[in-house]
Amino acid sequence: MTPRVFLQELGVSYRSNGTEVEALRDISLEIRTGERLAIIGESGSGKSTLALAIAGLLPASTRIEGRIDWPELGRVPQNGRDIGFVFQDPASSLNPVLTIGEQIAEVARTHLGLNWRQSYKRAEELLHRVHLPDPASALSAFPHQLSGGQRQRVAIAEAIAARPALLIADEATSALDTIVQAEIVTLIQELIVQDGMSLLFISHDIALASEIADRIAVFRYGRLVEIADTNRIVTAPTEAYTRQLLDAHMGLDVEPLLRKAEAGKLS
Amino acid sequence: MSFFRRFSRSPEAVIGASILGVLVVMALFAPLLFPRDPLSIAGPALLRPFQDWSLPLGTDRLGRDVLAGLFHGARTSLAVGLASAATAIIIGTIVGTLAGFAGGLTDEALMRITDAFQTVPGFLLALAFVSVIGPSLFVVVLAIALGTWTGPARIARAEVLSIRERDYVASARVIGMHPLEIAFREVLPNALPPVLALSSVIVAAAILTEAALSFLGLGDPNRVTWGGMIAEGRTVLRSAPFLSIIPGIALVLTVLGVYLAGEGAVETTAVRRGRS
Amino acid sequence: MTAPLLVASGLHKRFSRGGKTVVALDNVSFEIGQGETLALVGPSGSGKSTVARTILRLIEPDAGNIHFEGEDFLAQHGARLRAGRAKLQMVFQDPLAAFNPRATVARVLDDPLRIHDLADRAHRPKIIASLLDRVGLSPNLRDRAIHEISGGQRQRVAIARALATKPALMVLDEAVSALDVSVRGQILELLLDLQEAENIAYLFISHDLGVVRSIAHRVAIMDAGRIVETGPAAEVVANPKSAIGKALVAATPKLLRKA
Repeated sequence: MTPRVFLQELGVSYRSNGTEVEALRDISLEIRTGERLAIIGESGSGKSTLALAIAGLLPASTRIEGRIDWPELGRVPQNGRDIGFVFQDPASSLNPVLTIGEQIAEVARTHLGLNWRQSYKRAEELLHRVHLPDPASALSAFPHQLSGGQRQRVAIAEAIAARPALLIADEATSALDTIVQAEIVTLIQELIVQDGMSLLFISHDIALASEIADRIAVFRYGRLVEIADTNRIVTAPTEAYTRQLLDAHMGLDVEPLLRKAEAGKLS
Repeated sequence: MSFFRRFSRSPEAVIGASILGVLVVMALFAPLLFPRDPLSIAGPALLRPFQDWSLPLGTDRLGRDVLAGLFHGARTSLAVGLASAATAIIIGTIVGTLAGFAGGLTDEALMRITDAFQTVPGFLLALAFVSVIGPSLFVVVLAIALGTWTGPARIARAEVLSIRERDYVASARVIGMHPLEIAFREVLPNALPPVLALSSVIVAAAILTEAALSFLGLGDPNRVTWGGMIAEGRTVLRSAPFLSIIPGIALVLTVLGVYLAGEGAVETTAVRRGRS
Repeated sequence: MTAPLLVASGLHKRFSRGGKTVVALDNVSFEIGQGETLALVGPSGSGKSTVARTILRLIEPDAGNIHFEGEDFLAQHGARLRAGRAKLQMVFQDPLAAFNPRATVARVLDDPLRIHDLADRAHRPKIIASLLDRVGLSPNLRDRAIHEISGGQRQRVAIARALATKPALMVLDEAVSALDVSVRGQILELLLDLQEAENIAYLFISHDLGVVRSIAHRVAIMDAGRIVETGPAAEVVANPKSAIGKALVAATPKLLRKA
């Protein structure tokens, strides 16, 4: 299978206060067609920089080395059209003074060459697809009238409006509670399959990543620690750091810290 | 990069700072360069500029040295401008912080007082105040501050209203800090930057108001002021226009200098914040 | 059994925003014993944080009672309330937002000591050093600005600040949610150590059932301003009775260990 996106020895450094800070170093990986790839890392791992680099959203002053290729496309990818981006905080990624309809229709109009009427119709279909209750009246609502989960659905509708080949979700569920998070993850899974998109799922939560991704790439300090099938990463990690992340996960099936502490007191 | 290095890269800021620098030097060295009372008679009346090199800018109607007046006038302009702006900002910030932080009735009362001051034009207020109490440097400073403190008060209040809801204020309450300490130690310092951004406008306006008061004869009679010099020259405007033009140019340059330097400083700090 | 440390009964609170009235707390009652951890779990908007802020008198309830160490906490005002706050402390979710942006580590720890007159000026540096030591930080950090240290260090400083007044109850409002997973484990262990050493009770607010199950004795599940289920943490998580409890358990991410 040809990869959809191909990163070769990607390096990113920022200039900050006169010194150069390396955010990513020597990253080579591919995002395959239709695959769900999760990028896992803690703060400072460079996972968000990777998302921004692929989407071409890094500030102009950043130094970028290596290559990002889109073999199927044969041209420079366009944000919004070839790449859909869902940010962590929909409250700040949506424009507060435009209606939901205007924002989504704008994307459809710009990238699909539709007129306003068709764009609004498409916007309504998209809101229906992201399961927003009453899409017709939601078109004329403003972002602040929606709940956090609903806003993230709108942000997703906007991201997929132009049928992108790659959907990037950068900590897209971190600001939501677990119940809404699970709903949004289900929605993303559903849309990926329906549209044949590839997914780049950026997260700090390895358990969440294991539920959604085909493959997991673990990042630390701007480097790729390991990348493999989800199953392999979860059951047989080769790197100590991956094991550390797995051990730090507090699932509903592990020994509680409290019990460990109390057991320690007795012995 | 340091503040001063970035500041010095903006040409407007450099021009503004240079003008202010010259003014400050003039004000500081006035008593050394012109030890005589600038209000005393120095030569023949109405001597034109560049005629006599001991009186390079000539003399006025009463034979007083124009250059000495300009130097001593810089002292008054700068002193009044800075002092009244400082007074206005201090009063305004305190009132705004108290109003925003206390909320409820205190806020309502303080803001209605602010409204009352704001509905009367600042210059009229200063005019009335000085006419009633009598012109002296201190009264002039107070009179100008009286008309300008409302701007800083409103900005400080708006800022405090948003800061009040931050976690660090809640955290200060949780550890049992006194409300006044929270207002003045936790909230006020963080509300200050936008108020200070306004200071160049306030200083410039204060210098102009002072000049206008002096022009109307309500300045301190024992001091030379540029406004007073312009007023003096008015009576002989046709025969000796330089008497009004020279202090007028000084006034324009000063206000320009304050604006440019202030803008430069605000922009420099804004860039620094944007980067970090 | 001795009397509970904190008894909250019948708490009601409504907020009105833009003409709409939102019921944030609807007849909320619970108890916390000495040295006990009660976790408050629920989806966003369920009223967990309102409970925390009401207990701390940052928000006044419309109705209800709060008894702390046997006294009517809602009846206290002014200087008496400020003095009483020493025993009831809080750690916030975002440690950066919970500190004055201009503060240094030493100032943040000095404040509670000074306000409650716990030590004279000459002795405070020593106490600050020992507080830093107790939360596992080097005393060398004392002169650093809060924004210069890492997120995990900041949360340790926040815990040290809360500890300074020797509280009987600490409210932890999503206190580990913003931390990296490896740091989160260390902070939770620190909290357990402190609880054991000082017999501090915790009101632990979280939306993460995994964390709650790991460190709480009892759990109360909230939905739409009400407590819908309470019980021992392990039991409630293993076998939730309420609909929202079931939904929370189902939604908690699980590591897929398909062998």
